Amino acid sequence: MGKPINKKENFDVRSDCLVEIIPKTSGGIKLETVSRVESMFGSSTRELLLEMCRFFDLKNAHIIFEDGGALPFTIQARFELTVKRLFPDVTKEYLSEFINANNYKTTKDKLRRSRLYLPGNESKYFINAGLHNPDGIILDLEDSVSHSEKDAAQLIVRNALRSVNFYGAERMVRINQLPRGLDDLKYIIPHNVHVILIPKCESAEQVIQVELEMEQLKFENQIRNDIYFMPIIESALGVIKSYEIATASKMNCALAVGLEDYTADIGVERTLEGRESYVARSLVVNAAKAAGIQPIDTVFSDVSDMEGLRESVIEAKGLGFEGKGCIHPRQIKVINDSFAPTEKEIEKAQRIVVAFEKAEAKGLGVVSLGSKMIDAPVVKRAQRVIHLALLNNLIKGNWRKEIL
Amino acid sequence: MIPTTVNGLKQIPYKGVGKYKPKGFKAKPPIRSCTDYPADGNKVVKNLREALKRCGIKNGMTISTHHHLRDGDAMTNLLFDTIKSMGIRNIRWFPSASFPCHKHLIKYLEDGTIHHIEGSMNGPLGRFTSLGKMKGVGVLRSHGGRYQSVQDGEVHIDIAVISAPTADPFGNANGVTGPAACGLLGFALGDSEYADRVIAVTDNLIPFPCVPWQIQGNNVDFVVKIDSIGDPTKIVSGTTQVTKSPDRLLIAEYVARFIEEAGIMKEGFSMQAGAGGTNLAFAVYLHERMKEKNIKARFIRGGSTKYLVDMLEEGYADYILDGQTFDLEGVRSMRDNPNHINTSPFTSYNYHGKGNFSTMVDTAVLGATEVDINFNANVVTHSDGYLLHGIGGWQNCLFSKCTILAVPSFRDRIPVIVKEVTTLCGPGELIDVIITERGIAINPKRKDLIHAVKNSGLPIKSIKDIQEEVYKICGEPQKPKVNKNKVVAIIKWVDGTVLDSVFQVVSK
Repeated sequence: MGKPINKKENFDVRSDCLVEIIPKTSGGIKLETVSRVESMFGSSTRELLLEMCRFFDLKNAHIIFEDGGALPFTIQARFELTVKRLFPDVTKEYLSEFINANNYKTTKDKLRRSRLYLPGNESKYFINAGLHNPDGIILDLEDSVSHSEKDAAQLIVRNALRSVNFYGAERMVRINQLPRGLDDLKYIIPHNVHVILIPKCESAEQVIQVELEMEQLKFENQIRNDIYFMPIIESALGVIKSYEIATASKMNCALAVGLEDYTADIGVERTLEGRESYVARSLVVNAAKAAGIQPIDTVFSDVSDMEGLRESVIEAKGLGFEGKGCIHPRQIKVINDSFAPTEKEIEKAQRIVVAFEKAEAKGLGVVSLGSKMIDAPVVKRAQRVIHLALLNNLIKGNWRKEIL
Repeated sequence: MIPTTVNGLKQIPYKGVGKYKPKGFKAKPPIRSCTDYPADGNKVVKNLREALKRCGIKNGMTISTHHHLRDGDAMTNLLFDTIKSMGIRNIRWFPSASFPCHKHLIKYLEDGTIHHIEGSMNGPLGRFTSLGKMKGVGVLRSHGGRYQSVQDGEVHIDIAVISAPTADPFGNANGVTGPAACGLLGFALGDSEYADRVIAVTDNLIPFPCVPWQIQGNNVDFVVKIDSIGDPTKIVSGTTQVTKSPDRLLIAEYVARFIEEAGIMKEGFSMQAGAGGTNLAFAVYLHERMKEKNIKARFIRGGSTKYLVDMLEEGYADYILDGQTFDLEGVRSMRDNPNHINTSPFTSYNYHGKGNFSTMVDTAVLGATEVDINFNANVVTHSDGYLLHGIGGWQNCLFSKCTILAVPSFRDRIPVIVKEVTTLCGPGELIDVIITERGIAINPKRKDLIHAVKNSGLPIKSIKDIQEEVYKICGEPQKPKVNKNKVVAIIKWVDGTVLDSVFQVVSK
């Protein structure tokens, strides 16, 4: 057996910790700690470690603990991980505190303009993510977690769902590609996950598998709140099957496109201009709209180019997308602002909606604005703009009074 | 607990803001006559040893140095190598600040060449002091407090040794030219006027006249040329990059928004900004807002950096009144732009001046290591009890019309917003606003500010709420283990009274 330690190459212990457990046959528990925060949290941390030893029935061991200022939920996950790597038969879970602030639900049609990806094994990035006001926070178990750390990320993400304040953001987790992703579900379903992102989705069958597994876990854990899905289309096959995927479950709330993998799949370079993915993106928009769910665009990967990001959101919005992924908190505000309707759009929509409501009140079948006739789809679009303006806090609920 | 006697000198405990006003006359330097100096103006002697000898160096003297070369300073280490080689002991070292490069001096603190430090005890020197290894008790003062202590005779400087990036044989010196150009020499000004003897040490000796003469040769006894006074790459570097941390950027954005929403950002306003990632970012954001609203500042107090120079050059500030230059753009601007003015602790901060700039500034944005629920703040120790930073101009800047501390609510797991600060450096009554990534707390006594930002949409919270949220995340920290019977350093207030003590840390 290799060294039973949760250490990986170049692991940055800052705001995190390393746990090594060397089982012994006698001598009780021997704790050896090196800590950046010894004077402030040394003794409470030692108490926690001893309590976890009791929980996992660890009676004789040498425990080496290096603390770079990890929060308790991280310490708990790392310790549990080390125990489980050492004793793969242990199934008991040492759950961190479920904080009250995380007791909220989501809805199927919630705004999903910005969703922030956070690497699932890097809990230090989780703590303040919600302060930047993303619509959703994604704790990622898939591409941002190395193969050897998948088990670590499962426990970190589980504890984070319980103990990290999301400050009202929608609580999302991207599971691994199926079938591996099915094993991720038991770490998230019981802990108030709101949306499950299903990566590299290529068939309705995959969504249904996730749904069946979810139902089973919800039943076992007596979970009643709704949990939604956001399948991600990342391949040529996925694009072709996108409508089937979008309509595979009534729990689908959105359909996303991921272009890094898609362009690799069709064998081309991903360009800034994006001609190579234009058809794919439009098909995803079509499939989502046809299914009555939200089409969501890929991430913009140059975190230093805010102007490029702004343009890319405006382009995405023009294609029909309603959200975009972010990989850095500074992208959130740009995305939220750029998806919101413009002042000009709102003003026009307000005039149309008012004209429509007046005509309706008078029992007129035809709506006109000035000398122009207005068709029903134009009214529908205007109503949607008003709806978005309200959701973005750009107009007040009583806007009709203000424009009259 | 505040000691009544420190290093054999009687101390006066802190009495409150503006309460202590000593009477009598200021300290005075000895009378000198020009006939005692070379008529040809050439005061160059062959080396530091010779200069120190001719200054009459003796055991127990007070020797001052200055921190304008920051972490690139090579002169101070050479100076104490020389003092050691002369067999001199028990020096009171009176630097305007120390840096990690001065860890070289720990061996001289250990062997008794240096008795104690009055200045700042940064990094390794702070650790050494905190563990109770220094022979005397450290004394920490603000930049203004340093000038005050010289003027009211609390510190008599026997020999001032001034690092001069450029000097002439007469002793005129400046910091704007030469290989070790650092901007200005304001911290050495008082020393050049009040010390018994003054030595200018340069690696760029030019023929008379050296202009501008930030230090006047008429105050200088000897000039020494050495190979290098410091490493230019470390003189202007370090804290001069805008932060990339999203949380720090959020804080900086809140600061800029607060200054605008509170009505402070108006035509002709003034502000103080320093170095440090968050502080630089706030200057960038405020600059954007000023552009948008076409609002110009009358003056900016620095710590100048590229970002303040941009504001000056784009016409969004009439003047930079600069206390120290933090990067090469600052040095260039100070050299070439007549509206980039060099200042000293005398003009900016001195308690015994007939007024000073600090009270005239509309807003000062500063940092802290800890802030407590009474708005009291700490800048010198960390929550583990170790001395880590100096006071700098921080205490003096608290006198601005709106003092803002921009701090993360915790670092790693270490709360910055705490129930009670480890060491008191700034009384809460002078601190108006605390801006963290978790919200903005306004001192309840500033009803005007509370009213001004009421409908701004900024996340205004009570300091107590922020502290409780932080403790909920981090857990409640234990107090550091210290030996209350051993004071290792004292914190002076700007008027020379003792505000608080730093105790020996009991290591595990």
